[in-house]
Amino acid sequence: MQTLSFGEIAGLISAKYAPEAVAPFQGSLVVGGEHLLEVASYLRDTPQLDFDYLISVTAVDYRSHFEVVYHLTSLQHSHSLVLRVRCPQNKPLVPSLVSLWRGAELQEREIFDLMGVGFAGHPNLKRIFLWDGFKGHPLRKDYSSGT
Amino acid sequence: MEVGRERIYSAAELDAHEGALIEALRASSQQPVTDPDEWLQKELQRNVLVTSVDAVLNWSRRSSLWPVICFPACCAFEFIGASASRFDMSRFGMDILRGSPRQADLLITAGTLTWKMAPQVRRLYDQMAEPKWVIAMGACGITGGIFRDSYSVVPGYNRIVPVDVYVPGCPPRPETLLNGIEMLRQKINTRSIATEGE
Amino acid sequence: MALKTEPFVLNIGPLHPSTHGVFRLLATLDGEVVVDIEPIIGYLHRGIEKLAEGREYQKDIPLCDRLDYVAAMGHSMAYAMAVEKLLGISVPERAEYIRVIMVELQRIASHLLAVGSIANEMGTFFTPFMYMFREREKILDLFDMVCGQRLLYNYMRFGGVSHDLPEEFIPALKKFIDQMPGYIDEYDQLLAENEILLVRTKGIGVLPPELAVNCSVSGPTLRASGVARDIRRCDPYSIYDRFEFDIPTFTAGDCYDRYRQRIEEMRQSLRIIRQAVEQLPQGKVNSRVPIRVRPPQGDVFVHVEAPRGELGFYLVSDGSEKPYRFHVRAPSLINLTPLREMIIGWKLADAIVIFGSIDIIMGEIDR
Ligand code: SF4
Repeated sequence: MQTLSFGEIAGLISAKYAPEAVAPFQGSLVVGGEHLLEVASYLRDTPQLDFDYLISVTAVDYRSHFEVVYHLTSLQHSHSLVLRVRCPQNKPLVPSLVSLWRGAELQEREIFDLMGVGFAGHPNLKRIFLWDGFKGHPLRKDYSSGT
Repeated sequence: MEVGRERIYSAAELDAHEGALIEALRASSQQPVTDPDEWLQKELQRNVLVTSVDAVLNWSRRSSLWPVICFPACCAFEFIGASASRFDMSRFGMDILRGSPRQADLLITAGTLTWKMAPQVRRLYDQMAEPKWVIAMGACGITGGIFRDSYSVVPGYNRIVPVDVYVPGCPPRPETLLNGIEMLRQKINTRSIATEGE
Repeated sequence: MALKTEPFVLNIGPLHPSTHGVFRLLATLDGEVVVDIEPIIGYLHRGIEKLAEGREYQKDIPLCDRLDYVAAMGHSMAYAMAVEKLLGISVPERAEYIRVIMVELQRIASHLLAVGSIANEMGTFFTPFMYMFREREKILDLFDMVCGQRLLYNYMRFGGVSHDLPEEFIPALKKFIDQMPGYIDEYDQLLAENEILLVRTKGIGVLPPELAVNCSVSGPTLRASGVARDIRRCDPYSIYDRFEFDIPTFTAGDCYDRYRQRIEEMRQSLRIIRQAVEQLPQGKVNSRVPIRVRPPQGDVFVHVEAPRGELGFYLVSDGSEKPYRFHVRAPSLINLTPLREMIIGWKLADAIVIFGSIDIIMGEIDR
């Protein structure tokens, strides 16, 4: 067991990836959407990092863009990391991480349902809480229920 | 057997069907159903001498109310609490929580109702045999309570089913619920077969 | 020659006595054996996240209580901790101890319900349940004494708790912690060696540790599979680093272990409460925080060990009175991820037991 600090993790990552792909931001890493799968599998499969547990996936609507936030941790080394992926308002699509961590499955469906962010490669992407025929995505800031 | 497989509906079909049901019910339930109190008035106007029959019928009806299980949210735990060891609802002949609506005559709506759930509750009510009663339990059952402004919550069970007794509280304590049940029993007691079926 | 049967779909729920609320399961059966399932949820989706974003921080505490209505204390505490972290304020000593006592009592109450309903689902109609409810009522009485509510307490505040313990609370609590171990032994006597329980749960619904970790399963369900992840130990919050307690784990990961896991956790919770009562200091219980708070911009993620697993709050503040984003990492929802693997191949009657042994609460799943 060897717990790494955020600086060390960020150092390891930036030695491997270009700044356009991964950049540190307020104690977290901002990953470009197209590099997400690659970076995530590096994080999971490198023995030194070993991020085997995906704590949570969530998304935030910043009006200009969506941000999908991943919280990862390593059970063995007990260090953790926050990843952020940004996608523009008009093209809300990020790659799905279900192939790496099954734990993302229901959470990504939840984000798709409530926030309207799509996940490319998700095995069963459909509404989870709301019903077929519900209009809009309630957690978006511009949502109004019309009543 | 492949024939069997083909007959199974696909998940997408089921979802679409369910969605359509919900939307239809939502569109048709924008106003509350009136509380079923009219017959009380009517009964006062009439004067048919069936009192002893009424007395027997009402005694049997009020003494063995069988509630159907309808446990959407938090209030359910106070309902279970009321029926468990300490408050012991069986004292009032409400022994068994029925899993099947066909064997029940009381619907206690313990919890928040969402539009997705509404068709099921409506069907549950439709399947119960007459005579039947509804107790709306908790603030959510009455008006939607703390969740009233939400996009997915039905503001009160009386949009979907006629409600006989409202029990306030969030959640109502078991004592409050028992009091509500007592009120329902009194209400049943005033019922007369002379006005039934109108 | 094996008999060929026609698969058919059985719809269970959403209103069904054994689904712990409004959960719907579309099970495809081949005879008695489950060959495919599709869980359908959302029947209690009240839009809590959206509602919370439209209200001031303080007004979200009652909403958090209603997330997991069997373990309300822990949820509002986690939310209060998240806001405290955003605001950068600390909590007085005494309040920390009171919080720990409350949360651990709540854990016992919640596990009692879980254990009671596991037995219920195996057909021991309501008998063990009634035993568990006897003790649960005692805990609810303690809560009632403190905050006048039996189920949803609204007791946590930013920077402490809403008011101090009443005088009669500590003696009553002491009496309870003296009695409770005896009761837990009684359950164990009734259930642990019980033929029905053994036959119906041993080796049933095994959740292998690798799958559990990959599916982000947490809480007793994860620990029963042999992974000792408990947030109280691996990322200590509040004052949990001051107490001595074990993290029980089991190895088989079947329904029986998940049952025993909860029994053991109740014992550990009692240990924590006993130490907390002994060490309980005097002093303030609230560090006067204004009712309308405006946390500085930023985001925060706080996770705690709730009775059902790892509960997380992710808050984003834009400097205004209302949270900009309010997200709950709901353990019950995520624990459902491996349900398919756990149920497929078992008989329908086992599916109900397996489902029950995960111990979910719909309020938290659907939010
Ligand atoms: S009235 Fe209160 S306790 Fe009852 S279901 Fe609604 S929120 Fe829960």
